[in-house]
This record gives sequence, C-alpha cells and structure tokens, in this order.
Amino acid sequence: MLILNCPYCGVDAEETELAAGGEAHLKRFGPGSSDDEFHDYLFMRENPKGVHFERWRHANGCGKWFHAARCTNTLEVFGTYTAQTSEPPQDIKDAIAAKRPGWTWREFS
Amino acid sequence: MSEPISALNHASYDGIANVRECGLQGMITLRGDLSDKSLAKAVKDATGQNVPGQREALVSGDTGVCWMSPDELLVLVPYAEVETKLAAMVKALGKTHTLAVNVSDARAVFTISGASAREVLGKVAPVDLSSEAFQPGQIRRSRLAQVAGAFWMDDAETFRVVCFRSAADYVFKLLKVAAQPGSEVGVY
Repeated sequence: MLILNCPYCGVDAEETELAAGGEAHLKRFGPGSSDDEFHDYLFMRENPKGVHFERWRHANGCGKWFHAARCTNTLEVFGTYTAQTSEPPQDIKDAIAAKRPGWTWREFS
Repeated sequence: MSEPISALNHASYDGIANVRECGLQGMITLRGDLSDKSLAKAVKDATGQNVPGQREALVSGDTGVCWMSPDELLVLVPYAEVETKLAAMVKALGKTHTLAVNVSDARAVFTISGASAREVLGKVAPVDLSSEAFQPGQIRRSRLAQVAGAFWMDDAETFRVVCFRSAADYVFKLLKVAAQPGSEVGVY
C-alpha cells in the first residue's frame, strides 16, 4: 500500500484516497512544434525500475494535485512536493541522492 | 410553497453506535485566498469564528466553519438563515476574488454517537481515528467506502459526517451495517 503525504492538507493519504496522474514534469509540445516533438510529448514515457516522479491528486480529500518522488522497485517514497513547479525541488533531490547515489531521471539528477 | 426536507428526513439507527441523519443544515462553500482580510471578516460576521487553520473545524451546534483545502472553507449556518448570511457574505467580500455558494441542498449530514463511534467510522474510512490522531476540532475529508465524505467530532464520542445528498441513502446504509450490534472490533 502506497502512502503519500499530501503537501496541501498535510494528511498521510493512502492509495485509495488518491488518483494517479501519470508522469511528472512533462513539457507540452503543442501547435507550432514538430511532429517528432509532439509524438514524444504524447507517447514517450519513462518506465524506470527505481527513482520515478509522478503526479497524484488527493481526489478523496482536498482535491489538490501534487508531485511525488518514489522508487518503483521498493515503493519507497522520497517525498512529495507542490504541483506549482516544473522541476523537483532541491530538498527532494537531496533526499533521493542520500538513498540512491548517482540517480538520474530524464534530465534531472 | 413546498417545504424543504432533508434527504432521509431524520432517519435513525441504533447499533453499537447511534447513526442519525441530522436534517437540514445551511452550508456555504467559500473559496478564495484564506489570508484575505475581507474573507476573514465575512467568516467572522457569518459564524463568529476566525478563519480556521489547516484541517481545523471550528463548529458549535449548527454554526461554524471548517477548513476544506488551502483555498476552500465550508461555512455552516442554520438552514433558515443561509440566504441572508450568504447575501451579507457576498456583500462583505465585495470585489475580492472569491466565490461563495449556497450548497445546503446538495449535502446530507449524519451524526454517529456513542462509545463505539470511532469504530463505526473507522470501518468505512481509510483514516487513523485513534484518539491520539483524531480529536474534536479537526476535520478530515476522505472517502466513506465508495463515496466522498468529510467528518469532524462534536465531542469525544460524536462524529458529524457530511456527504453529497445524492449519496445519502448509500452512506446511511453503509453506516448502519458498520454499526450492527455485536460488530465491535475493539481497536479504538
């Protein structure tokens, strides 16, 4: 069972209270972009065994979207953070580096 | 003119705890910047309470205010006064970027009371309801089995549960099953 702390209401919410929102920090390529960029934006996703960043929504709760950093292998949660950001904050990166030295995920490390 | 009645019209059930539909409750959803002064004044005028902090419920009887999310409050007022309170609130908020809506008839309210009230609610919501974790003065939005719901405690043995009116019958039956005689679990 996955338990995430919602950064908006401070509740330790378990999986059934949350709705998964897919991969985090996608950069949108819309009108004016090339076909390749649009294809990658639409279809290409990470599928890591290890550190992963995701969007979650506290659906049966405060209703807010937030980000979570976790390990897909061990279900360990490194931290949750605000949705109002386009990259993981430094304290989350540090928390991951402490547990998984040398981690990388897309352009982040 | 037709007379408003609540979803289940005070239906009640006695098991290991008493489950009762409370009848009509005036409710106003208020969204906006919770640090805003005119919002704080509107809440004070309507309920006599300050703006609650994170997950706080400042309720006495059928009047009060609950924290729903970082930009949303649930204002409770007596059902008969909801229109006048709402009008006063909208006036007090003036041109600040806020939204106040009367949602009284979209909701149903239940009480669960008795020594096993924590057990009854604990069976249907994925929430730690031990007395160390959940106390009067706190509100929790969660799910009640398959539907959304929110609850707070009026006192150490009484919960007030709010759900959508369309799910009132489901929630009542759910709580009835959870409160069946002899179904104490004994965790809380």
